[in-house]
Amino acid sequence: MSYDEIRHFADSWGLLVMVLMFVVFIAWPFRKGARRHHDEAAMIIFKDDDHG
Amino acid sequence: MDGLVTKAGGWLALTLLALVMAALAVDAPFAVHMMIVALAALIMLCVTLTRADYSGLLRGLLKMPADQGAYDDDPVRWGVIATIFWGVAGLAVGLYIALQLAFPVLNLGLEYTSFGRLRPLHTSAVIFAFGGNALIATSYYVVQRTCRARLAFPTAARFVFWGYQLFIVLAATGYLMGVTEAREYAEPEWYVDLWLTVVWVVYLTVFVGTIVKRREPHIYVANWFYLSFIITIAMLHIVNNLSVPVTIFGSKSYSAFAGVQDALTQWWYGHNAVAFFLTTPFLAMMYYFVPKQAERPVYSYRLSIIHFWSLIFLYIWAGPHHLHYTALPDWAQTLGMVFSVILWMPSWGGMINGLMTLNGAWDKIRTDPIIRMMVVALAFYGMATFEGPMLSVKAFNSLSHYTEWTIAHVHAGALGWNGMITFAAVYYLVPRLWGLPRLYSLRMVNWHFWLATLGIVFYAASMWVAGIMQGLMWREYGADGYLVYSFAESVAAMHPMYLIRAAGGAMYLAGFLILVYNVWATLAGKVRDEKPMTETPYNAAADRPLAPVPAE
Repeated sequence: MSYDEIRHFADSWGLLVMVLMFVVFIAWPFRKGARRHHDEAAMIIFKDDDHG
Repeated sequence: MDGLVTKAGGWLALTLLALVMAALAVDAPFAVHMMIVALAALIMLCVTLTRADYSGLLRGLLKMPADQGAYDDDPVRWGVIATIFWGVAGLAVGLYIALQLAFPVLNLGLEYTSFGRLRPLHTSAVIFAFGGNALIATSYYVVQRTCRARLAFPTAARFVFWGYQLFIVLAATGYLMGVTEAREYAEPEWYVDLWLTVVWVVYLTVFVGTIVKRREPHIYVANWFYLSFIITIAMLHIVNNLSVPVTIFGSKSYSAFAGVQDALTQWWYGHNAVAFFLTTPFLAMMYYFVPKQAERPVYSYRLSIIHFWSLIFLYIWAGPHHLHYTALPDWAQTLGMVFSVILWMPSWGGMINGLMTLNGAWDKIRTDPIIRMMVVALAFYGMATFEGPMLSVKAFNSLSHYTEWTIAHVHAGALGWNGMITFAAVYYLVPRLWGLPRLYSLRMVNWHFWLATLGIVFYAASMWVAGIMQGLMWREYGADGYLVYSFAESVAAMHPMYLIRAAGGAMYLAGFLILVYNVWATLAGKVRDEKPMTETPYNAAADRPLAPVPAE
């Protein structure tokens, strides 16, 4: 692939894929039932308090 | 026995190879570096052959408690000591070059002590030696706790620590001898770069290996931030340092890129070193140590995930803002500017997430100087991530670029955010790592806090004034279209600002020396007899029922 082909791929399909991935990653924590999971995850660091 | 012979033979071969390279060297610095490598290999040979209990010796020297089989904390303890050691060195060199700018005679007329050679020594010492050791140590500490598993490859973890110290020594001695690629924050030459690549890949293996063997189903968000740091730095380091050595027996190499491509590669690296060395892993420290010290979970775990993905997807584009009004195409400059401005929001989201973790426990700022340091660190994170997008706007940049304003911005971030959160982490870790009831003195932490905070204020304020003054003097045209000020006049005008800056730096260093003493005394097992940070407010006279009042 030439430089030209790579850059046209990057600013069309590549860009689209990156944007979609970003949107999915940002939307994922808002899914139903995520809150309970997050509350548990936030408490992981306090489970092992005996070892500091 | 066979294993021992093979290992010893390997170290001997490496020693001899380094000596041969030193003998064939075409320049003196390369020979010196190969001698350092030979010495390191020789030390490893002795360590292998005598099979003395070196970790036991080191444990005695550093007063480390014996490993009770809970978590593998020896490399963390070494890392904390190394952080403090390199911190003193890096800050002291910084103060010295600040004084050089005010009093050029301090260059001493020697090439080895000239500003041009000491400046990369300062930047690398504080970023890679002080910051890097803090990141390796805390990442080992945090990944074990949050995965509830011991480090995956203990020998490899130790290799990462010592290999990284060798990298620092080679880089630092190289700068003094004039060995440099002249790439901002990536000055070490090709062979040092290759060594760091090896160390870094092993670091990645240890970190990922520990995550893989975790006993906790969820990977805590701090580990995401650490992992993004390790992976992205590997990518940035390799691409930015693609170069061709003149000879494999010499220290000089030439970049694989030329002209504006080289400049963009360099600043794509440079700004992402800020992003993925000085921001994301320090945020990992924030997401672990702030909730632990405040004894309450992070304000919003959801926000921490959004914070993470936004930084990952946006930061990588911001580099071109270092090349405004250069040969870089206009669209690329604008792209860099736009992404820098967008970055403001996720950065502040992260800052708010850290600060709001204290929601409902704000009184701890009054009673706990470590929390106070964390809060100021986050405040400076917020300030620096507001100032950065502002400076990246082209109109602003035309005034601020190449002036001391940039220096003010960098130090508000480095001293305020990276420094303060690291000090807080060191104060958090030392009693826990050494199994001690508490620090030698909390009052001294308070002194450190105020000296450092006031030092940053002096530093940043004087450099803001100097930067704006410089920018305005450089662009001042007279009635007939000539420049009103010569460059030398703007230099002379900055002298008072340079003195104030050096005073601020001296205060910051003084605060750090208090940390050194405090940690030293803590490790010696001392506890200072001092007035506690809070007294129980009690008024015996008022603490009684209302006396019955006779009717009149």
